[in-house]
Amino acid sequence: MVAESTPSGGLGRRDVVARLVAARDDALIVSGLGSPTYDVHAARDDQRNYYLWGAMGGAALVGLGLALAQPDRRVLVITGDGEQLMAIGALATIAVANPANLDIVVLDNERYGETGMQESHTANGIDLAAIAAASGFADTAVVRSDEELDVLIDGAWPAQASTSSQISEAGPRLYVLKVDKDSPPRSMPSRDAVFIKNRVRAHLGLGPN
Amino acid sequence: MAATTKVSPPKSDWPDEVFQQLRDADVRHISYVPDAGHSRLIQHSIDDPDVVTTMLTTEEEGIAIAAGAWLGGMRSAVLMQSSGVGNCINMLSLPVQSRSPLLMIVTMRGEWAEFNPWQVPMGQAVEASLEAIGVLTVRADSGDEAVAAVAQAAVMAFDGDQQVAVLLSQKMLGKKTW
Repeated sequence: MVAESTPSGGLGRRDVVARLVAARDDALIVSGLGSPTYDVHAARDDQRNYYLWGAMGGAALVGLGLALAQPDRRVLVITGDGEQLMAIGALATIAVANPANLDIVVLDNERYGETGMQESHTANGIDLAAIAAASGFADTAVVRSDEELDVLIDGAWPAQASTSSQISEAGPRLYVLKVDKDSPPRSMPSRDAVFIKNRVRAHLGLGPN
Repeated sequence: MAATTKVSPPKSDWPDEVFQQLRDADVRHISYVPDAGHSRLIQHSIDDPDVVTTMLTTEEEGIAIAAGAWLGGMRSAVLMQSSGVGNCINMLSLPVQSRSPLLMIVTMRGEWAEFNPWQVPMGQAVEASLEAIGVLTVRADSGDEAVAAVAQAAVMAFDGDQQVAVLLSQKMLGKKTW
């Protein structure tokens, strides 16, 4: 089965990330390198954000490690299609590990935005949500409109809910948000990986070594 | 020094003692790609209800998971064979650049009585590759050395914020039997 490619005119990536961040409650956010890191920073810098500037393919797995270490906190990974495609086996590892508090959102513009907007495999039939579903993720969806995004956010991360009720009880979830091909101006968080790490750890009551 | 082809019998209880060292260092997460040399250590991890054990599809996953676990306050160790070190190189940017503790335990192939030549290139490149990306290495040639090496590496990693790989030599593990 070949998934239909999304024409330009999809969701605005900054808009959807702003909505995810607004609905975060007390979630810890891990962002994948490139545009997702800029998008999360543009929404609002926060000590609960862990921004990646490299380690391509690592975002969802950093999220897994964080979710295992902090089982009572929701962990939200926000990354891109190219970044997740580089670690497609990670979806199998995460599904088997089965952390209930890990959600992955793929901002899917079907392009490698950082290198010149070359097409990724998701422009040519690869469906990350279907792969996650086949791997055993508790819930998956492909979202293409504001109306579908409303339904997703209300269902997955209900407002005014306690933190625990924002956590899936069944297992990890992965949502593909089909976003347009625009490249908004870069909004760059600190590239000091030690600072960003220790800022998250301090929020969690953990000291630097 | 005259080379010897004698294969030392492995010290039988090193996996038990290495696991105890990891537990004494408060390692609460272990990830691995299945490996004959690590099989007993892996089984200890799976059997311990206080340790979360994660099986990987490829070794670099364990590097990223360990960085995330440290971010959340949990100490992780990554077990792999020498061929897996090559899979990890770019992902090692993450612990090196974020100065996150990393403890890798690597069973070596391709260096001592190796029957399969396909194991040799990566086995011979392990130390140079790890040093090039900024990971400290320490070799162990006996069970006693393995226990001591893991104990000190845990201190350097988790107390000293270093990225450390303990290489368990093929001389110690014995050649693979077919």
